Amino acid sequence: MRVTPQGLYCIPGDFFIDPARPVPMAVITHGHSDHARPDHGRVLASAETLAVMRIRMGADRAGRQQQVVAMGEVVTHNGVQIRLVPAGHVLGSCQVVLDWQGSRIVISGDYKRRRDPTCALFEPVPCDVFVTEATFGLPVFRHPDAGAEIGRLLESLRLFPERTHLVGAYALGKAQRVIALLREAGWDRPIYLHGALLALCELYESLGVKLGPLAPVPVPAKRGGGGLLAGEVVLAPPSAEATAWVRRLAEPVICAASGWMRVRQRAKAKGVELPLIISDHADWDELLDTVAEVQAPEVWVTHGRDDALVHALALRGIRGRALHLLGRGDEEEDQAPAEVVAEATA
Amino acid sequence: MSLPAFASLLERLAFTPGRLAKLALLRHWFETQPDPDRGIGLAALTGELVFRAAKPGMVRELVAARTDPVLFGLSYDYVGDLAETVALIWPARHGVNTPPPGLAEVVAAMGSTPKAALPDLLAGWLDALDANGRLALIKLVTGGLRVGVSARLAKTALAEWAGEDVAEVEEVWHGLTPPYLDLFAWLTEQGPRPSSEDRPVFRPLMLAHPLEEPDFPSIGPETHRAEWKWDGIRVQLSATPGGRALWSRGAEEISGGFPEIVAAMDFHAVLDGELLVMRDGEVAPFADLQQRLNRKVVTLKMQATHPVGVRLYDILFDGAEDLRALPFDARRARLEAWFARTQPARMDLSELIPFASMAELEAVRAGAREAAIEGLMLKRADSEYAAGRQKGKWWKWKRAPLGVDAVLMYAQRGHGKRSSFYSDFTFGLWRPDGQGGQELVPVGKAYSGYTDQELLWIDRWIRNNTTARFGPVREVEKTLVIEVIFDAAQRSGRHKSGVALRFPRIARLRTDKPAEEADQLATLEAMIVGEEAAD
Repeated sequence: MRVTPQGLYCIPGDFFIDPARPVPMAVITHGHSDHARPDHGRVLASAETLAVMRIRMGADRAGRQQQVVAMGEVVTHNGVQIRLVPAGHVLGSCQVVLDWQGSRIVISGDYKRRRDPTCALFEPVPCDVFVTEATFGLPVFRHPDAGAEIGRLLESLRLFPERTHLVGAYALGKAQRVIALLREAGWDRPIYLHGALLALCELYESLGVKLGPLAPVPVPAKRGGGGLLAGEVVLAPPSAEATAWVRRLAEPVICAASGWMRVRQRAKAKGVELPLIISDHADWDELLDTVAEVQAPEVWVTHGRDDALVHALALRGIRGRALHLLGRGDEEEDQAPAEVVAEATA
Repeated sequence: MSLPAFASLLERLAFTPGRLAKLALLRHWFETQPDPDRGIGLAALTGELVFRAAKPGMVRELVAARTDPVLFGLSYDYVGDLAETVALIWPARHGVNTPPPGLAEVVAAMGSTPKAALPDLLAGWLDALDANGRLALIKLVTGGLRVGVSARLAKTALAEWAGEDVAEVEEVWHGLTPPYLDLFAWLTEQGPRPSSEDRPVFRPLMLAHPLEEPDFPSIGPETHRAEWKWDGIRVQLSATPGGRALWSRGAEEISGGFPEIVAAMDFHAVLDGELLVMRDGEVAPFADLQQRLNRKVVTLKMQATHPVGVRLYDILFDGAEDLRALPFDARRARLEAWFARTQPARMDLSELIPFASMAELEAVRAGAREAAIEGLMLKRADSEYAAGRQKGKWWKWKRAPLGVDAVLMYAQRGHGKRSSFYSDFTFGLWRPDGQGGQELVPVGKAYSGYTDQELLWIDRWIRNNTTARFGPVREVEKTLVIEVIFDAAQRSGRHKSGVALRFPRIARLRTDKPAEEADQLATLEAMIVGEEAAD
């Protein structure tokens, strides 16, 4: 394996994992835009990830040759055995397990260990080298139970029935997880969606993830009109609350579902009134527990707080290495300003 | 279970910008919490609970013994707040199954535990709580909740919750101590109205309406009395056989910050007046008084360099005698008699300004040049002293504001209802850049004065003319001229321009005016009172 400007490169296999630029052959862990880029030659990924890619970038740009790899199926390429294993991050997200000449490397992509009603649970695979993220690689990040966070949202709905609750959530994964958690908690009213979330929610439904009644946020009867959807839950991409789109809602309580909401200053800087700590990334304990479970003597950290994680691994006698992958960040922070999206779809 | 509940309340209050939403959260707290927890929470929010023994250093030592120093350092660096870092990083102890402490339990134990045993006690509680609970506990015991709940807001919530008049709550409030069992008993109709006899209590203030042109004909020398409106802070002095207290306009007790005033209250009376920095009888600008505000204690040096006094304008109680039902003229006579008899140190009387007509008053108002004068107060001669803003009884008539045409430089999104609007504006004026050209220097920030229509227009203009972004702030093209008005301009070492504005707000958008024709900084500097203008 080698780190190149395009991303992680498997030398004997001659392919990339989640490359940042177009390459002849790529294995893609999941559909977030900092992992799945357009215009590769041959793309190996789960069926769900390929479906997401086709929706986000168009069928013609999701890879000239799109090859579905089923979970557990082994594809051998140039002597390297490629296998996909669930990563628990979003629907279709996988770890890439590579076996070559008796040694094994696992590239986990992004992952979490918590139960998520919208995707399969992470499966630890023992290996020689484990490649991990460290988005929340600081011991201050210990995500609380997501169900309890949804409970706080429901309590706020009871306390402020005259206001809309606007939940900022990333369009792929987080939005659907929040919806599914709301359904589990008994919220059976229609959930209203910003235009930027509609297509992916439909895709989840078509792939068998039940989300209950969903509806687009209506357009106000007259231009500049407001006061819509009092007492309802509306989901929108993060920072949609900063756009003119939001003015149609009834005095919205601005909520945000993100692991970053753990730190008050982050939540305050975003003007969030009800922070919901719901993350699709491993928290500090999950990172350390996972490294222990896969028993790898060597751990590579792709992005995030590699300094803290590498230090903590050293305390446990594990060799850690920071890869500083280019173009990899948290997908929730890294996106284009939502108002462009919002104003285009409004 | 109550500390986690209190932690939830704190968390929501900390993130809630709107007053109405804060009131709803507080009402919910009073409604759902049992005694004594609801009263203890109330006391904590209003700053009535103070523990001296637990210091941030103690918390820091506790966490240092439980975490790796490098990881703690990285975390503290990231989070930026010690209490929050500790709350988040505190390692869970497996096998702990003690329930989280109750609010009352914490308060009782903090008062009775010897200092040497405190660290263990605190650590045991931290083990039993989740991150939010730990943060609430640390902030509670080390002081520093800072959730934006004033005493006034808490009392308003109490009154709304109980369907009682907030003035009634104020009247009984200051004789009470946490956890306010007698207060809650009264508000839930389980007990009598608590007596506030003999203790210094805050009496709700009478407030004034701004005077507008249509009201002019109703003002006359037969029916009204005029006084200067001084630019200090409104205070109530309350001295009874049971004690002395100095209250702010918002019913916060500020005795600690002004010990020399409290020392001078060697009488039994309740008085209404303006707190001012005064040097040899001359009132200093508000900026001087600002140095003394928001301090729990004040150094002797500060007392010497920024001496304060009170200009008295009303008397509510003379001894135990309630004068509030008397008309203004009668109260004024009582005030003058009381003052002549008592001759209190550090106090003087607000002078009555004689006038024969409204026209004369307008001239007096226009002629006032002193920085510490905000304008005039007009009070009906027959008005009793009634709580709150009584239409047509007291008027405030501010001096005509000063104004400049400034250039919009930066804009920031507002909070709450305004979170989708760029509603806070930083504006600047021109000055020579030392190289033969002109540069803009920021002189102030304004977030009011515009109509809803104007806000919509500016918001769109800002989005279309952004040149750079810094978090929630946008820098814009330096082409939009706005007319900014303000009550006074003062020297300031803390501002890049050297000038600070009092109450700046937006009067008008000057889309007709090219930016290069906006005002010079020198124009503003000439408006600073207390310095001779160049002409």
